[in-house]
Amino acid sequence: MAEKIDINSTINGQARTLHAFPMERLLDVLREQLSLTGTKEGCGEGECGACSVLIDGQLVNSCLVPVAQVAGCSIKTIEGIAISDDQLHKVQQAFIECGGAQCGICTPGMVIAALSLLEKNSRPSEADIREGLAGNLCRCTGYMKIFESVVRAVRSV
Amino acid sequence: MRAYVPSYQLVSPPTLSEALEALSQNDGAWKPFAGGTDLMVLLEAGKLPQKNYVNLWNLKELRGIEVSDDTVTLGALTTYTEVQNHAVLQKEFPMLVQAAKETGGIAIQNRGTLGGNIVNASPAADSPPALLAYDAELELISKQGERRIPYSRFHNAYKQMDLRAGELLRAIRLPRRSDRFDYYRKVGTRKAQAISKVCFAGVIRIVDGKVAHIRIALGSVAPIPIRCEKTESSLHNQPLNSEAIKLGASTMSSEIVPIDDIRSTRDYRLRVSLNLLQDFLARASTS
Ligand SMILES: Cc1cc2nc3c(=O)[nH]c(=O)nc-3n(C[C@H](O)[C@H](O)[C@H](O)COP(=O)(O)OP(=O)(O)OC[C@H]3O[C@@H](n4cnc5c(N)ncnc54)[C@H](O)[C@@H]3O)c2cc1C
Ligand code: FES
Ligand code: FES
Repeated sequence: MAEKIDINSTINGQARTLHAFPMERLLDVLREQLSLTGTKEGCGEGECGACSVLIDGQLVNSCLVPVAQVAGCSIKTIEGIAISDDQLHKVQQAFIECGGAQCGICTPGMVIAALSLLEKNSRPSEADIREGLAGNLCRCTGYMKIFESVVRAVRSV
Repeated sequence: MRAYVPSYQLVSPPTLSEALEALSQNDGAWKPFAGGTDLMVLLEAGKLPQKNYVNLWNLKELRGIEVSDDTVTLGALTTYTEVQNHAVLQKEFPMLVQAAKETGGIAIQNRGTLGGNIVNASPAADSPPALLAYDAELELISKQGERRIPYSRFHNAYKQMDLRAGELLRAIRLPRRSDRFDYYRKVGTRKAQAISKVCFAGVIRIVDGKVAHIRIALGSVAPIPIRCEKTESSLHNQPLNSEAIKLGASTMSSEIVPIDDIRSTRDYRLRVSLNLLQDFLARASTS
């Protein structure tokens, strides 16, 4: 049996000390300990991207990261994306305007993946967008409205 | 069903020597943990009997890509994203870059490592064929010391390899060469995020119309990622005419041993492998 350990990380800009078993999934610690339930669980095996977060600016599936590996890291979740309490990020705004979200389960992950893409490539082509979101599955929209949302976010810069 | 998470240990030693010390305890009771993209899937499925892990993620001794005059050395923790972004790899080892691009989605590419891909030893993994075709060498390290072996001698049988208890893969070494033709194809069910049905990597150099150097390696057609040394010898020193290509294909059909499984059938895999061999040789002869 493992003991719980303390893990210091920065989460959405705030220093936090997490207390958890080392192999707990970052996904569960975010949702259950920090009540950051915007990060969703779809498959639990790396296939769907619903659990996407940024660790030190890099897109990862939080269902595949044991919490011990985020000691000293800076984590961003969907709750940390909006500009302020009353201003959404342009990617979030574009999803609303284009109908990029239906049931919403994939949406936080899609937004995080889109954001990560735009940070690396501020003028992505249609092909770049498809590639950047290839690890994120959606059962509702048929993807077109999601791609349109990202295109709109690109144009709104 | 999910595993009982509190029963799993994951310790994070700050240096390589401390990690090797931890791995040497209790005769194989501790195993390495890198990006977790294979291990966490097993954990979630309740299929991870091994309980004690040593976290490698922060060990800088296993990171980084170094380029010398004759070798590129990739730390075992090199991720697929790092492979894709590296200028020398893009230019001289395009098959490895291609394999990295076709492995999972971006989130997997940011976290999955070459070392994990090699030691996980799936016969369907996508970087091993490229590494075999490039004559990769492995640097292994344990508390007892270091050793180097050709990658083509690493995998012995399904999920069995020349890796001793307490030993880590430290790095992958690729000999540099420019004058060659490379050919890499991953065939899966769909373009994004599919596990291979067949993966083919070929390298060839033709001098005065004859094959002066050839390497052919495949994934998903045997219990291990394999280099087809018999097929290579059947083509060595031959001109690339239709007879030689036919001989190569018949040699390969007895050298690979594809099976039926959930992803594909034996017949399909055999047919695709032979088609890829012919396409490789045809393109090489006109390149
Ligand atoms: C959604 C998804 C898609 C994927 N797609 C592909 C794909 O298209 N192609 C493909 O080939 N793979 C794919 N994979 C598999 C996986 O991502 C790769 O095999 C990856 O490279 C594993 O690396 P890791 O660092 O995550 O390994 P880990 O899970 O950390 O470890 C895997 C194994 O390697 C051992 N190990 C790791 N590092 C070392 C080391 N330095 N020395 C000794 N032993 C070590 C561990 O003990 C463990 O047994 C996919 C996985 C997922 C979840
Ligand atoms: S829940 Fe993590 S990728 Fe699906
Ligand atoms: S909106 Fe329902 S899964 Fe994408």
